[in-house]
This record gives sequence, C-alpha cells and structure tokens, in this order.
Amino acid sequence: MNAPMSIKGRSSPARGRERLVVIGNGMAGCRAVEEILARAPDRYDITIFGAEPRVNYNRIMLSPVLAGEKRFEEIVINPQEWYDDNAITLVWGDRVDYIDREHKSVVARSGRVEPYDRLLIATGSDPFIIPVPGHDLDGVVTFRDLDDVDRMLAAAETGGDAVVIGGGLLGLEAAHGLSLRGMKVTVVHLMPTLMERQLDEAAGWLLRKELEGRGQTILTGANTKHIHGVDGRVVGIELEDGTRVKADIVVMAAGIRPATGLAKAAGLDVERGILVDDHMVTSDPAILAVGECVQHRGLCYGLVAPLWDMCRSLADFATDAPTGYSGSVTSTKLKVSGIDLFSAGDFSGGEGCEDIVLRDASRGIYKRIVLKDDRIVGTVLYGDTADGNWYFDLMRRQEDLSDIREGLIFGQAFASGGALADPSAAVAALSDDAEICGCNGVSKGTVVKCIEGGAHSLDAVRAGCKASASCGSCTGLVESLLSVTLGGDVESGPKAMCKCTSFTHGDVRRQIVEKGLREIPQVMQELHWSTPDGCASCRPALNYYLLCAWPGEYVDDQKSRFVNERMHANIQKDGTYSVVPRMWGGITNPRELRAIADVVEKYDAPMVKVTGGQRLDIFGIRKEDLPAVWADLNAAGMVSGHAYGKSLRTVKTCVGSEWCRFGTQDSTGLGVQIERMTWGSWMPHKFKIAVSGCPRNCAEATIKDFGVVCVDSGYELHVGGNGGIKVRATDLLCKVESEREALDHCAAFIQLYREEAYYLERTAPWIERVGLDHVKERLFSDPDTVAQLAARFRFSQTFMQDDPWARRAAGERSDLHSHIATVRPVAAEMEKA
Amino acid sequence: MMFGDWLDIGPVTQIEAGTARTLPVQGGEEIAVFHTMRGEFFALVNACPHRKGPLSQGIVHGDVVTCPLHNWTISLRSGNALGSDEGCVPSIPLKVDAGRIYLKRSAVVAPRAGPAGTGARAA
Ligand code: SRM
Ligand SMILES: Cc1cc2nc3c(=O)[nH]c(=O)nc-3n(C[C@H](O)[C@H](O)[C@H](O)COP(=O)(O)OP(=O)(O)OC[C@H]3O[C@@H](n4cnc5c(N)ncnc54)[C@H](O)[C@@H]3O)c2cc1C
Ligand code: SF4
Ligand code: FES
Repeated sequence: MNAPMSIKGRSSPARGRERLVVIGNGMAGCRAVEEILARAPDRYDITIFGAEPRVNYNRIMLSPVLAGEKRFEEIVINPQEWYDDNAITLVWGDRVDYIDREHKSVVARSGRVEPYDRLLIATGSDPFIIPVPGHDLDGVVTFRDLDDVDRMLAAAETGGDAVVIGGGLLGLEAAHGLSLRGMKVTVVHLMPTLMERQLDEAAGWLLRKELEGRGQTILTGANTKHIHGVDGRVVGIELEDGTRVKADIVVMAAGIRPATGLAKAAGLDVERGILVDDHMVTSDPAILAVGECVQHRGLCYGLVAPLWDMCRSLADFATDAPTGYSGSVTSTKLKVSGIDLFSAGDFSGGEGCEDIVLRDASRGIYKRIVLKDDRIVGTVLYGDTADGNWYFDLMRRQEDLSDIREGLIFGQAFASGGALADPSAAVAALSDDAEICGCNGVSKGTVVKCIEGGAHSLDAVRAGCKASASCGSCTGLVESLLSVTLGGDVESGPKAMCKCTSFTHGDVRRQIVEKGLREIPQVMQELHWSTPDGCASCRPALNYYLLCAWPGEYVDDQKSRFVNERMHANIQKDGTYSVVPRMWGGITNPRELRAIADVVEKYDAPMVKVTGGQRLDIFGIRKEDLPAVWADLNAAGMVSGHAYGKSLRTVKTCVGSEWCRFGTQDSTGLGVQIERMTWGSWMPHKFKIAVSGCPRNCAEATIKDFGVVCVDSGYELHVGGNGGIKVRATDLLCKVESEREALDHCAAFIQLYREEAYYLERTAPWIERVGLDHVKERLFSDPDTVAQLAARFRFSQTFMQDDPWARRAAGERSDLHSHIATVRPVAAEMEKA
Repeated sequence: MMFGDWLDIGPVTQIEAGTARTLPVQGGEEIAVFHTMRGEFFALVNACPHRKGPLSQGIVHGDVVTCPLHNWTISLRSGNALGSDEGCVPSIPLKVDAGRIYLKRSAVVAPRAGPAGTGARAA
C-alpha cells in the first residue's frame, strides 16, 4: 500500500472529462465507480475521498477477520493498483467536511478543495451509540471498520470479559468473534428475542440455546443504564434492574444510523437518510447518493444486496442510459460458524397470512414459511438453510404456490416437479423401502403393511409399527399414507390439543415427563408446534403441565395465564374485579368481618355477597386498587381465596359433631385441616371439596370433586362430583377410619388428578373418561401408592402455599396494576403514573 | 418533543413481552399498548368490539390477543376480530425509536365516533 496522498489545491481535470467526486471509499462508493467504469471508462475524471486510511475492502468480512477466520489482505476488494490502473485519485485518511454546492466543490479536513461536476455521496452509516453515562469511556467500542476490529483484538489479547450491547446480527457476530478469541462474553439485548428483526421467538430461542451452549451469557429484555469506569477505563455495565456485569471491553452494536450530516449541512433533502429518486439523484440534480446513507421510497437499507442494485441504476443514469431502481427485498444470514440461519421478508404474520411450520427436534431444525394469497411473504429457517435461496427466489418473484403449497416446507427437492407436487402423490411415489419414521427406522412398506393389517388411525399405526410414535415429525407423512392406502376410511383419533399441534393432551403430558422438557419454548420445539408461540388455549395448558411436572423448579409463566390467575381476582363484565378472601372451612370472626366491611367502604365496592362457597365476595374493585385491598385483608389475617383459579377453591363444611345433634365427627375441623393442606395448589381445573358431618350431607359433599361424608365408624370418601352445567353425583372411592387417612387419601387423589387429567378437565369428566376402576387401580393396587402420591402433593405444596396477594401487596409486579401514564386531552401532556 | 406529532410514552422495557399495559386518556377511550413475544409493539383502544372487554388483560400470542371475557381473538395489527366473529376496534399508529415507544398524537387525543369514555371502567 502506498502513502496517503495529501496534495493540496485543485487538481486539473483531463481535457473534456467531467469531474466525478466520490465521498466514501466504502462498499457502495467503489461499487458505483466500478459500474460506471464498466459502462464508460473514459467519461469521468474520478476522485474518491475515504475517511479510513486504507483501500476499499469488504466490510461484511470484518466478522471473519475478528473471529480469526480471515486476514485483512484477504478481504480487500480493490487494491491500490486498481485505483492506479483506472486513473482514480484516492484520497485516503481524509474526511470531507463540507460540500459547497454554490461553487460545486468539496472541502476536506486536510484543507484540500476538490471541484466537481457530479458529486456522489456514499458515506454509509454511523454506529448508534446509546447515550448512557459512561458511553465515552476508554474500552467502549463500536463495530464498523477495521480500526474497531483492531481495538477488539487488542482487548482480547489479555482475555477477560466482554459485554456486547445489542443482540442483532452485528452484535452476535462480534460476540462470536470475541468468544473465539478467548473472552468471556455477555450479550445484553433490549428485546426478548435475539435478532428480533430477523427471527421469530421460536428460532430466537434455538439460537439462544446454541449460543449459551457455547458459553456465552445472553441477557434479554435488558436495558443498559450505566457503563462504569475506573480512571477513564471501562470496568463493567449496570442494567436498569440493577444487575452488574464485569467488562474489560464493551462493544456497542445497538444499531446504525445513516450518515447524513454532510448532506444535511449542504441543505439537501434528508429524512432518516438522504432522499434519492429511482436514479439515486438527491434533491440537487448534480449530487447523487448511494448505499446505506440513502433513503429510497421510504426505506433505508443495512445490507449489501440492495447496494448492488442501487449502483447499477446509478451507473445507468450517470452514463445517460437511465433504467431506475425500484427497491429491494432482502434476506439475512448470520455469519457465525456452525449456525445456519436464514431469514427473509416479513414473517410477522398478520391478516390473511398463513404459517407453515416444520420442526425437527432431533436435528434442531425449525422452518417457517409465511404465505399470503398462496405467495411467500416471509421465511425463517434455522438449522437447515439449504432451501433458503429457493424460498427467497419464490418470494421475490411472488410466485403463486397453490399447486405445491402442501409440500413446500419440505424443500425444493420434495415440492417441485410435476407428479410430486401433490403430497399424497409424492408419498405414493416413494419406494417401499423409503424411510418414513427416522426415529424408529420404519419404512414406507412397513407402515403400509400395518395399515393394511387393520391400523386405520394414526394412533393405531403408532401402536402397530411405532411410526410417528416418537418425535412426531413424520405425522404428516403417516397421515398421507393412511389416506393413500385407505382412501376416505381413515378414522380420526383422539383430538389434538389445539390447532398448534397434532399431539393430544395425553401425548404432551407424557412427553414432557419422558423427555424432561422444562420450558414452554422447549416443548414447542421438541413437539413440533406448528405456530411460533402457541395460542391462548395451549399456552395455559403447557404452563400448568410444566408446573405440575417440575414443582419448585419451573418458573410460572404469568403471560400464559388467564387474566383471573394473573390478577388473582375475578374479572367482571365491566373490567373491574371481585375479591374473595379465604375463610377456612367457612368459619369467620368479627375481625375478618370488620376488615371486609372496611374494605367495602374504603374502596367504594358496590356490592358484597355471600357466595355459594361459604365466604364473602367483594365486587367492583379496580385493578389499581387490588394491591391495597389485599394489603388491608392481609392485615386482618386473611389470604387469597383463589376464587379465580384453576386451583383449590373452597372446602365447604357443615356444623358437625361439635354442635349438631346428628353430627358423627368433627366435619368443620376436618374441613379446615383439609383446606390448610390443599390451599394454593394449581389444578387442571377448579377443585372443590366439602365435608359433611353425617349422611344428611348439608355441605353437599356428593357433588364435589372430593367429598367426605362422616359416619359413626369413620369417613366415606367420595370423588368426581360436579354441580354446575352437568350435574354428576360422586362415586364412592373408599372408606377410612381416621382423619389422618382421610387427609392422605385426599392428597393422593388430588395428586393423581393433577398428574393425569387434561387441562380444563374437571374430575367428573376425567373419571368418566378413564373410569373409576382406573382411579382405584392407580391408588390401591400397590399399598404404597397413596403415601407416594400424597408425598408428591405435599412436596409440591411447599412451593405453592405462599399467598399471592401478600406478594402483590408488597409491590411485586406493580406493572400489572398500574397504567403506563395518563394522557390529558387537548394539551395531551403526559403525567407519569 | 412535547407538541410534536408523536407522543413519547416511555421505554420499551416498561411492558414485558407477551403482555400489555394501559394508558387512560382523559375524556377519551383508554388505550392498550401491547408488546408481543416477537418484540413488536401495537396500540389499540382497550375495548373489545364484542362487549368492550379490556383487551389489555387478554393472552397475547403471535400478533393477536384473545379477549379475557369471551375469547374473541383480535388482530393487534388492524384491530379486526378474527375468525367467524365480526367487529373492529380502532388501532393507534405506534413507532419505536431508540428504545422508546411513541403514539401518533392525533390518534390518541382525537375524539372518536361514539360516546367517549365507554371503554371498560378499569382495565
Ligand atoms: C361467586 C359464586 C356465586 C355466588 O355468588 O355464590 C360463583 C361465581 C362464579 N362462578 Fe360458580 N360461583 C360460585 C359457586 C359455584 C358453585 C357452588 C359450589 O361451589 O358449591 C357451583 C356448582 C358446583 C360445581 O362447581 O360443581 C358453581 C359452578 C360454576 C361453573 C360450572 C362448573 C362446571 O363444572 O360445570 C362455572 C363455569 C366454569 O367454571 O367454567 C362457574 C363460574 C363462575 C364464575 C367464575 C364465572 C366466571 O368465569 O366469571 C363466577 C365468578 C363471579 C365472580 O366474579 O366472583 N361456576 N359455582 C360462587 C363462588 C364460590 C366461592 O366462594 O368461591
Ligand atoms: C461487521 C459487519 C458485518 C456485516 N455483515 C453483513 C452481512 O453479512 N451481510 C450484509 O448484507 N451486510 C453486512 N454488513 C453491512 C454492510 O457492510 C453494509 O451494508 C455496507 O458496507 C454499506 O456500504 P456503504 O458503502 O453504504 O457504507 P460503508 O461500507 O460503511 O462505506 C462508507 C465509507 O464512507 C466513509 N466515510 C463516511 N463519511 C465520510 C466523509 N465525510 N468523508 C470521507 N469518507 C467518509 C466511511 O469511513 C466508510 O469507509 C455488515 C457490516 C458490518 C460492519
Ligand atoms: S351462575 Fe352464571 S351468572 Fe351466576 S355467578 Fe355463576 S356463572 Fe355467573
Ligand atoms: S367482550 Fe371481548 S369477547 Fe366478549
């Protein structure tokens, strides 16, 4: 490389040539020059200013340079000879500071003045620096040019900790490079999903797991509040929630801003970027602009592909053969070795959009195509990106895919080509030894034989030859085989959980335990959910199943709960809430009654009512007042009554032997003990208990989920009763002699129900489905089972029996009870809530 | 900024992904601001087209919310009821810039057709 040129004064143009001055020796600027030279090599006398002290190189390859996979020499696009051969004057290491439109010249920092006939602005973007305190400390770097890479490499030499702010493409490539260079890397990302502009939640989750597996720490939903330094040098960062992370270097990769300063100062039309028309001409006809610094038809781009198209159109115009650029559709790949990821277009869905999702858990694959009117509008591929370009091409051409849509997700090889277009035909065309089920190694011939042998439903095939019985990703193929083999005689099996999956509630519960699945996104990936983040019916179910399977370990997902369970109160039709404090066994006292009366007055509750569950219901409380109401009730010793939950509701009792002339046992006392044992537990559906002191059954124990009827010789235990929509009287489960046994059996029965029933299935329909014999068999075939189940229930209760009201009253999740702010009319000023 | 086109309603972090929060408008209808699991933000009037259920309290999935009262699903993009249900709730133009949420001022304070303040009393 030669020395920087610093010739002061004007250079004289070759005779007859127009003078083209280019600001920016980057990817777009040089490409534009290349395109012009290819069309009209002698037309312009060209001068290029570059702020960077080097020749033109491939900026996107800075990531491999950082990662140690490439050297700078290997990423140079145009060496000095190219400039020399084409008589281009390269002024490097000199920044243009001013455009003098009146005299048609530019002024550089060195003082050099260069007149132009045509000016091309190609200044690219500037990294966005979040203006937090400490952003200007030594050791806070950006990731834009080779100098930045050199700074990172210098820091990495001594190892230590790196924090990368921003979990987008750039940030993750920086994190990858630094981690390969031996640093301990933490990525801090504001949004919940990594690369949220390119990935949906499911793919983001896979990426996160992979990066975490490689030793990076990923913090999402994390807002940097402060960068701390000692003696002017960075030592760490602090997040809004108080978390501190140690750092020897902080990389800001929080986004880019088009570099428009020069253009703006020169009075050109600028919005987000420099405004250009289809020929890349700015509001001044003598000035062109290209690359990341421009805004074309409302869009600014941050990738190279659009630049190539822009440069073509620019060169056509600059050589008097205008064609016009009409915008670009872009796609993204992440350049992190070993991670295949592809994303293009708009996959945020929306009206009229349909999702096709394929997940293959064993190979860590997630593919999603978004169609609108049978045309691809977006796609996300993770783990297998072989068909990315094919989808991208179909999307760009807006091809009508109605003929091949069924097979589309399986890729080009499967979907294209005449006869194979129809999936049934494709399946029919497979040879007999073609593998259908990879997990269990079942061939097409075996499946067909199984179907012909009488397996006429998916379940029967699963039972008969194991195809689709494991991961389930071949379910579609097996279904096709069923319909190809049987025509219309396929029997539909048990109903799938919801439209997001082909698995039943039973399948899902079983696999959560068998595969040790511990998070909702993990269940969705491993069980091939067909939607990115589920729906309002599977999310609460999965949350419950995980809570039941992993007590004390699973972190409850509040956003997957119905409003009542999230707000710990019952929503009313006007959006207010009702509040029901627990009254153990229906017993109360003056202190509680007074506290309730006070709450009713203090919060202006329009109604207080005695419920059918033997307690008091306070109506019309606003969500903002709930924590205060609870605090008042807590102060009088009352806790949440869970009148809102798929959980233990009330334990109704009657007067019992203490007062009643017929009472045989202390039904009130036993009811209170049962309620103390069971309150706070989450269930598949609501669960009601009652204890009656004699067979007159004043507590209506025989229409409860668990009912106790006391008799002289002990306690009759009844299960599976239901008032409500379809009345069902209980079945007698057994008779026991002591309160202790009654309590144990109650705990065991509840645990069995909790572990086996489907979400939103009360005990009555559950027992109707599995049969009372099954319940008895599960409880009594082994003498230890009752004790084991009861122990599991009690263990789980050690985590559940803390009053959710008390936590809220103490300020937990105050965001659920407060407004963001209030807007006043007219002036519309904001008032922080 | 105070009287610009866009009303700054605070940082994106104040709304957990997959949830919504509310913004009462004095003399107008309350607004629900949603943050989807994918990290997108939307704003709708906080009243279901069915019977004015507080949409802010529903379960957010994909780019729709399921109303907490009777399970209608409403598109967060357009405010339209999806599936076989019919109806629409006004949506308020929203943008996110440098980690802050902005609502189109004119859409927030402009009086809408129908009696004001008929939204859910306290969502
Ligand atoms: C408050 C109360 C009525 C009353 O004023 O007495 C009541 C109120 C509601 N019941 Fe009930 N039920 C109440 C006792 C009952 C009873 C009687 C009982 O428990 O002894 C039954 C019949 C027994 C049973 O459940 O088997 C009962 C059967 C239902 C059903 C039908 C359940 C079924 O399996 O068919 C529903 C609907 C549901 O849960 O899906 C329901 C649902 C409701 C809901 C939660 C409706 C809703 O989803 O918003 C009502 C909430 C009002 C509120 O905001 O507080 N409520 N409900 C009672 C509260 C008891 C308590 O202290 O917690
Ligand atoms: C690390 C990294 C990885 C990337 N990976 C990808 C990828 O995988 N795929 C992809 O499509 N894109 C990627 N990009 C984006 C891609 O590099 C840019 O889109 C592209 O470089 C933009 O070209 P440009 O010419 O507009 O800007 P630049 O290439 O930035 O060129 C602008 C040049 O102008 C100079 N300049 C600015 N102002 C002045 C002035 N006043 N005077 C003189 N000179 C000035 C700058 O110093 C710079 O050299 C990546 C970017 C980075 C930083
Ligand atoms: S019977 Fe119907 S109306 Fe009455 S409280 Fe129960 S659910 Fe509501
Ligand atoms: S009010 Fe929303 S569904 Fe009824």
